Amino acid sequence: MRNVMAIAQKEIKAYFDSPIAYIFIGFFALLFGYFFVALLSAFTSQSMQMMLQGGGSMNVNQQLITPLFLNASVIILFVLPSITMRTYAEEKRSGTIELLLTSPLTDVEIILGKFIGAMVLYASLLAVTVIHVATLFIFGQPEIWPVVTGYLGLLLMGGCFVSVGLLISSLTKNQIVAAMVTFAVFLMLWVIDWIGQFVGPTAQQVLMYVSITQHLDDFVRGVLDTKHLVYYASFIGFGLFLTTRSVDSERWRG
Amino acid sequence: MIEVQHLSKRYGPVTAVNDVSFRVEKGEILGFLGPNGAGKTSTMRVLTGYMPPTEGTAIVAGYDVLEQPIEAKRHTGYLPETPPLYPDMRVRDYLTFVAKIKGVPRNQVRTRVDRTMEKTRVTEMARRECGRLSKGYRQRVGLAQALLHDPDVLILDEPTAGLDPKQIIETRQLIKELAGTHTIILSTHILPEVSQTCQRVVIINRGRVVAVDTPDNLISKLRGSEAMYLQVDGLGADVASAIRQVAGVTDVHAADALGGLEVASETGRDVRRDLAAAVVSRGWGLLELRPMRVGLEEVFLQLTTDDTVASGTGEKNHA
Repeated sequence: MRNVMAIAQKEIKAYFDSPIAYIFIGFFALLFGYFFVALLSAFTSQSMQMMLQGGGSMNVNQQLITPLFLNASVIILFVLPSITMRTYAEEKRSGTIELLLTSPLTDVEIILGKFIGAMVLYASLLAVTVIHVATLFIFGQPEIWPVVTGYLGLLLMGGCFVSVGLLISSLTKNQIVAAMVTFAVFLMLWVIDWIGQFVGPTAQQVLMYVSITQHLDDFVRGVLDTKHLVYYASFIGFGLFLTTRSVDSERWRG
Repeated sequence: MIEVQHLSKRYGPVTAVNDVSFRVEKGEILGFLGPNGAGKTSTMRVLTGYMPPTEGTAIVAGYDVLEQPIEAKRHTGYLPETPPLYPDMRVRDYLTFVAKIKGVPRNQVRTRVDRTMEKTRVTEMARRECGRLSKGYRQRVGLAQALLHDPDVLILDEPTAGLDPKQIIETRQLIKELAGTHTIILSTHILPEVSQTCQRVVIINRGRVVAVDTPDNLISKLRGSEAMYLQVDGLGADVASAIRQVAGVTDVHAADALGGLEVASETGRDVRRDLAAAVVSRGWGLLELRPMRVGLEEVFLQLTTDDTVASGTGEKNHA
């Protein structure tokens, strides 16, 4: 565990000692802020109309926070590949992988350390959005539960992406290649259920289950289903497992 | 301390290391000598557990690198060809990180880092980012990284490559100081380095061990017979044939363009006295007479080139 934390700490330091973390957080805050303002303006004008027409008030959670989280997940789709691309590819290119692989560490320790490091950076991206969401609590009365599960869903979804990103980064020396391939895979996982309605009902079920977004939907709506937890946990576990295999096979191939 | 048996490493169809066996005793410095691409780095990478061997075994500090990799790595310090530094990390932070992953006890990390920085003379660069260090300092921080956990075995891949002469001398001095308490393997293709620092040499070529011995033995073995360098002011006379008459002399031929002669004699027989007498009795001037030593370069060339290189052409005086 000490080794895992040492690696994680090194990763986090690498993100925050260089401009990487600040650029990502800044970029993410800007986009998220833009989405927030856009959605909030739409939401207020719609509720004004509803009030004028004498209808009831609108639900902040359903009409504002849920779409906001789904929008955030799209930004994450674009941002995460550039966080995970360097994890292994850079170590391989600079030769520091030789240090890690000749230190008394197991592959699992190295990979977990890197996973935790990337997750901490990702979590700090999400932490920025708490500011926006908190203002909603100051000026309105949204329910807290769907917000909590929403964040949990985003964290888990990010975990899946990070595990895939680690795997792909471990396969190449080239960071650009790692980023491009990771993005392509993320996007595929994102849209895989789109052809659902054109294939048979069984295949549709399978595709829906594989799709990373289908699972996120319930989370942001405040539903905490073990089915989704199992999906995300096994996805992350499998991704990390494949990464250990990839690192090990690299060693044998030399 | 290190025992390598029938070690082979193949990358697909390419055989980098072919049936290599050697031993290193505790406290010894072993030089690993070979032309570029001979398999030095591959062998070292197997010894450090960076990659597994295709065949054979390697035992480091009593642990099989394949069966007990973690234990073996705990007792090994490794300086790869390019020091494995993180360019954005400061030297002290970098060494602290390395100390942690090398398993230095938590409460000793600080003192160990300080001590090692002093030993390798990088203390003044403690706050400098690794990426901004000069080549010499980079190499020293790399060495510090290998020494941090006070390993029994040190494996250094070309530790003096790219250093200036002063730094080379300092690094060699440091390596010599480390011997005794540490067992060291260092690879190089610089020959004087081996004769100056190592007690034993393994010469490797095309993945095979071609010789294992002390530098001195290697040189004398290859010499076969004693050789003298002789320069005579013979006043135009045929010096060579006169010298050939001296008892014990087996061969005489020109050694250089200055009229110097290389005189080969029977092994174990000192012909210097007779040579001098022969020259002086004919009234010639004896300008120079000294034993010729074959340098390690010649040994190296003979062992690593397929075409037989004529031995003893020119004089080498490295050893």
